[in-house]
Amino acid sequence: MKEAPRAAWTRRDLLGLRELSAEEILSILDAAQGFADISTRSIRKVPTLRGRVVVNLFFEPSTRTRLSFSLAAQRLSADVLDFTTGSSSTVKGETLIDTAKNIEAMGVDVFVVRHSAPGAAAILSRNLEAAVVNAGDGAHEHPTQALLDLYTIRQKLGRFEGLHVAIVGDIGHSRVARSNIWGLLKLGAKVTVVGPPTLVPGRFAELGVEVSHDLDAVLPQVDVLNMLRIQRERQGTLNFPSSEEYTRLFGLTGERLKRAKPEVIVMHPGPINRGVEIAPEVADGPNSVILDQVAAGLAVRMAVLFLVSTGTRRDPPAQLPGVTSPGEAS
Amino acid sequence: MPETILDGARLERTIERLAHEVVQRVEDPEGLAVIGIRRRGVPLAHKLAAALRKDRGADDGWPPLGVLDITLYRDDLSMIADQPVVRRTEIDFDLEGKHVILVDDVLFTGRTVRAAIDALFALGRPARVELLVLVDRGHRELPIEAGYVGERIETERGDRVHVLLQEFDGRDGVEVVRGGAAQ
Repeated sequence: MKEAPRAAWTRRDLLGLRELSAEEILSILDAAQGFADISTRSIRKVPTLRGRVVVNLFFEPSTRTRLSFSLAAQRLSADVLDFTTGSSSTVKGETLIDTAKNIEAMGVDVFVVRHSAPGAAAILSRNLEAAVVNAGDGAHEHPTQALLDLYTIRQKLGRFEGLHVAIVGDIGHSRVARSNIWGLLKLGAKVTVVGPPTLVPGRFAELGVEVSHDLDAVLPQVDVLNMLRIQRERQGTLNFPSSEEYTRLFGLTGERLKRAKPEVIVMHPGPINRGVEIAPEVADGPNSVILDQVAAGLAVRMAVLFLVSTGTRRDPPAQLPGVTSPGEAS
Repeated sequence: MPETILDGARLERTIERLAHEVVQRVEDPEGLAVIGIRRRGVPLAHKLAAALRKDRGADDGWPPLGVLDITLYRDDLSMIADQPVVRRTEIDFDLEGKHVILVDDVLFTGRTVRAAIDALFALGRPARVELLVLVDRGHRELPIEAGYVGERIETERGDRVHVLLQEFDGRDGVEVVRGGAAQ
């Protein structure tokens, strides 16, 4: 019956996993466990954020992340506003701040922000009184995706220490990969990033991960396979192989999965390209935890919205976290 | 200096007395369930359940025992901010039709109990809910009273009442520290 509480959460923002301590990450995962139960009750709603307003400020298209945040906010009884525009490339820094300040003036308590520019959420946190949650900023971070991945890993495997996780795909351009790397390393897991040399720059090794260009060689060693989505729109651009070539070397087929440990768990942040990075029989197979990830996302986002709403500490303005770090895409 | 209200032995006897009162008054013991409010209501709920079994000569497994976390049902987020630890509610039996004894350590403003009742009804629809507290220290801010009270203590608002429990403090007992700033 030991119940020593973890170090209390005091932050007013969730900008990335890089600046969090292992204790802070675990306190989010613990809270998420309490929130996961709510989805199983007869009344799947708690009054915690009644009277608070959460706005989804999305400058990049997203369906599932936005839906997940909206439902999470609604289960906490917050009111939810949606502001979605696809024209992020024309939005300059000033306009972003102006837009947010205008919305804040309506009485918004939490901003959930997605933007193509790395550091967009950090900029808003410096200019707003409201709490800010990063829902993806360029190739920089996507902290709630990594947290739900961590939650799923803990739920399935019960630990991080000593686990070996492979993240496979377009690592160089992936905010999901970056947030996962920070989180997994802090919690004591070993990480190998896998993909063709053009998508997995060798400088990632400086972050403390292994770099491999040979999925078949990595497969037998790992406990977790996180298969990232291949952005079809990148095909045909410099550095990118054809999707047939990618699938032949890095696609997770049923045949290839036989090389892995029988109890390996297969993850994917969605939406999946069936038959490209992952074969349908694997995505729907017994090793797949893809739908568990979606359910975990709801619990994790409830926990994050709750924790930033109770938080008081605003971090001092620092330089954009991670922009000059190794492995960071420009 | 803390003033001792109950030592470990008297706390134990108080729980036994409360358990006896419950057994005397409950019409259908089979429908009884005990639910402790986190954190300090939980060890007390365990003690109460053991005392109820002893009083009735019942076997393990009766009465069903649950744990209620009320963090998300509090009426003031800034109160939560000091310790935003959300823990799991653990009630693995059906509340429908149950006679629930809600257990907490100290009854003060009544706000915790208000939150607990809301939390309970989000889980199901008990037939009846009663409140059992080890200490009633007065100063209610809501129309809430306990059906079973271990000890009533006269206090000023600024006094602090500590229910000490083996699980958290290494010993059982109740102490009051007089004075201090009003909360």
